[in-house]
Amino acid sequence: MIFTIAGRELRGLFLSPLAWSILAVVQLILAYMFLAQIELFMQLQPRLPTLPGAPGITEIVAVPLLGNAAMILLLIVPLITMRLISDERRNQTLPLLFAAPISMSAIVLGKFVGVMTFLLIMLLMILMMPLTLLLGSSLDFGLLAAATLGLFLLLASFAAVGLFMSSLTAQPTIAAVSTFGVLLLLWILDWAGNNAGGGNGSDALAYLSILRHYEALLKGVFNSADIIYYLLFITVFLVLSIRRLDAERTQY
Amino acid sequence: MSMDSLITVENLYRYYGGLCAVHDLCFEVRRGEVLGFLGPNGAGKSTTMRIIGGNLAPSAGRVLINGIDILDQPMLAKAELGFLPETPPLYRDLTVNEYLAYCARINRIPRAQQQAAIDSAKERCGLTAVGRRLIANLSKGYQQRVGIAQAIIHSPSVVLLDEPTVGLDPIQIREIRTLIRDVANEHSVVLSTHILPEVQSVCDRVQIINRGRLVLNESIEQMREKLQATSLLVALRTMPSISELESIAGVASAELVGDGRVRINYAATLDPSDAIVEQAVANGWGLYELTPERMTLEQVFVDITSSDALAHGESGASGKPAEQGSEGEAA
Repeated sequence: MIFTIAGRELRGLFLSPLAWSILAVVQLILAYMFLAQIELFMQLQPRLPTLPGAPGITEIVAVPLLGNAAMILLLIVPLITMRLISDERRNQTLPLLFAAPISMSAIVLGKFVGVMTFLLIMLLMILMMPLTLLLGSSLDFGLLAAATLGLFLLLASFAAVGLFMSSLTAQPTIAAVSTFGVLLLLWILDWAGNNAGGGNGSDALAYLSILRHYEALLKGVFNSADIIYYLLFITVFLVLSIRRLDAERTQY
Repeated sequence: MSMDSLITVENLYRYYGGLCAVHDLCFEVRRGEVLGFLGPNGAGKSTTMRIIGGNLAPSAGRVLINGIDILDQPMLAKAELGFLPETPPLYRDLTVNEYLAYCARINRIPRAQQQAAIDSAKERCGLTAVGRRLIANLSKGYQQRVGIAQAIIHSPSVVLLDEPTVGLDPIQIREIRTLIRDVANEHSVVLSTHILPEVQSVCDRVQIINRGRLVLNESIEQMREKLQATSLLVALRTMPSISELESIAGVASAELVGDGRVRINYAATLDPSDAIVEQAVANGWGLYELTPERMTLEQVFVDITSSDALAHGESGASGKPAEQGSEGEAA
């Protein structure tokens, strides 16, 4: 049942030009950044062998690429998730799902899986760029895997927030703007920690930031605390969405 | 509760904030019955339909679909239920075939039977020719049919149709009514509407709801008895005096309605038609028209809802006028 709804969601995305243009734009911008990083690597290459513990091509090209991708997708994901539930509410198609023998959790999970499938396609397309380096070089697969997992979890968190925001309103644009606002706020929470120089609660704030946990994974540090942070984050927003849809029947 | 009742509604209440939209509603719908759910705008029809359809939780009371409580076992109850809300829940960017295939899947029709279910729903709703067209490009009437196809695709025992003929042209309305009668052969149908002829032509039983309360619950036969004539409209070329007419046996009163016509009221048991014709011939009044005036469902409806409103207004005069104003908006 979850996959039926996910399939419908994915089809719906690809039926509109939005998904295609998002894929194209993201790919174009990241390709430019990728080429810029390769340019940088070419400049640094002669000096690298002389340095002890010098960074490899994965650190110089792939990791910054995934880091930048996170920033760009922070802007893009709200546009993909904005229509998930708000559009159904606006077109009054929610009664179809509510009158069918499907649980609220299946509806929410179905939509989440649908949008994650789309983001996974996007992630694979991004990942293909560093993988082309295999043609002329070798890669640090451990590092690349950690960074990819980080980006995947980050995107899943974005999508969970987006889904929840979409469940709150009937206007997709409001869902998009508020998703973006929440994500950006969670992103820059880290600054407070950095600027205050630690201590007195700002550490706690920084710990809540979704950026900090991603940075650890980008460095290749696989800490289960970071993974659990993301899983908790996703679960909380999915549960909130389910609760919100449940309240739809009792509200007014 | 008899075994044959497919919908049982018990002591249903629904509040929107302080406003009571549905008040102590109790009724049953038996197998193969078409129930017409009538009421003025804002009477609580749609609210009731949405509660039975599992789209809205009642504030108090129970709804049983085929004996299954919709709150306790929503999955089982909803499998027995097809619901067409006021606005048909259509995905405009899908074709009719794709949409119905999706509906078949979310209603848990086994994969092997899905195609057959889609085909039969399309055939019954006259959609076979438009299967490959986008729903967005269909006319309103066809969109409504897709909505009905969606509600009957999984052969539910109960079909709820909320104002299914609203906004359609007269031919489409007739087609949809035929379709509803056809659906009722196998399913129980609850039809909410404020169009009265619809009820007279399709329904087996009528319920009138006003201000959230059930004010009438009768079979269409009982209704017909209520609607028998109690007045005649008589057109005469030479108009006699009123007192002359009132002296005819059986006539209770007569009043001129202009245009050479006179309305004659009589007691329900005594039909004075024959006497009037005899008198007209004997006195050379030039009778050229004699029409029994049937009381229409419309009049019954207006009588019931307005007298109820009056009673309500008197008893609650000191109450909350603001609340009555917002009741209309909650429709």
